[in-house]
Amino acid sequence: MSFPLGYTGILSGLFCGLVFGFALERAGFASACKLTAQLRFRDWAVFNVMFTAILVSAFGLWLLQITGVMPAEEIFIPTTYLWATLLGGVGVGAGMAIGGYCPGTSVVGFMSGRIDGLVFLIGIVAGTWIFAGAFDAMEPLLEALPGPEAQTLGELLHVPDLVILLGLTAVAAVVGWMTTKPAQRA
Amino acid sequence: MSDQPKPLWRPHIAGVLLGLGLLMTFVLTGHGLGASGFTTRVAAGTAHVVVPAATEANSYLGPMVEDGRNPFNAWITWEVLGVALGALIGAVSARRFKWSVDGPTRMSKAARLGLALVGGIIAGFGARMSLGCTSGLGLSGAATLATAGFVFLGGFFVAGGIIGTAMRGLWR
Repeated sequence: MSFPLGYTGILSGLFCGLVFGFALERAGFASACKLTAQLRFRDWAVFNVMFTAILVSAFGLWLLQITGVMPAEEIFIPTTYLWATLLGGVGVGAGMAIGGYCPGTSVVGFMSGRIDGLVFLIGIVAGTWIFAGAFDAMEPLLEALPGPEAQTLGELLHVPDLVILLGLTAVAAVVGWMTTKPAQRA
Repeated sequence: MSDQPKPLWRPHIAGVLLGLGLLMTFVLTGHGLGASGFTTRVAAGTAHVVVPAATEANSYLGPMVEDGRNPFNAWITWEVLGVALGALIGAVSARRFKWSVDGPTRMSKAARLGLALVGGIIAGFGARMSLGCTSGLGLSGAATLATAGFVFLGGFFVAGGIIGTAMRGLWR
């Protein structure tokens, strides 16, 4: 048996998605109010949930890698195109601040009965059409300033992955401690 | 009262489940979770029905539909259906399912839906620029410690925080 297992069929998709959707719902991410409260800095659930999930998964991937079970070359690591990656993040962040969701959470919102979640999804499709129409004209911008392929933070900063993991853990722990104290729950 | 919604999970508990689900996804498939990969396929599929020739000629959407290809034939389609199913199970089992229009509490329902549409358009355009959204790049990319994931998250939180703070008067 070699890892990753290469299970990319229907059941794999349904099951991975099911866990994802259920966890987002339990976190309260079906609610535009809850999601945008993070962007008003009144509720740190988005940051705390995301960073906890990133750390759990990143430590797991790191352990699988250093034990030789699943080599890093076998998993998909995205490549930076500085302007496209940064401006894309700006767009998705602005979209959430204005419309209340991001692509994944709009599905979760709709499935909790929120009509604005469905309208946001329709907006995403329309935004994709507009992007497709502008694609040829934008290609130089989209391909500008590419980073090294599949570069990780450890490679960028020339430090071992464990240092990055511990640094991220420290950030998550400090933010988590500052934002989930009983006094601020009210 | 028994018809009251159940409380949400604490953020770190929900985060652990999400992280384990994401790790499982990497082990099963070699890549992480996503969402906008599916909406892109919906954009290709719907455009192909309305304007077939133009869609096939489009350099971005064309490859998904040309030569009789079914744009929905992909793992991400099933994953997003799973997300919908998991969210529905979560909402119903916690008695949180309720038809409603969320959004800035000081605005009319029609205005909230208008904002949702505009926000969706901007997010949809942005997610195509970065080749991924909060799930595919922010969450899954950062879990691989990819520089791209953190560049995306930086843009996401700075822009979201500035606009969110500017709009805070619309909420209660």
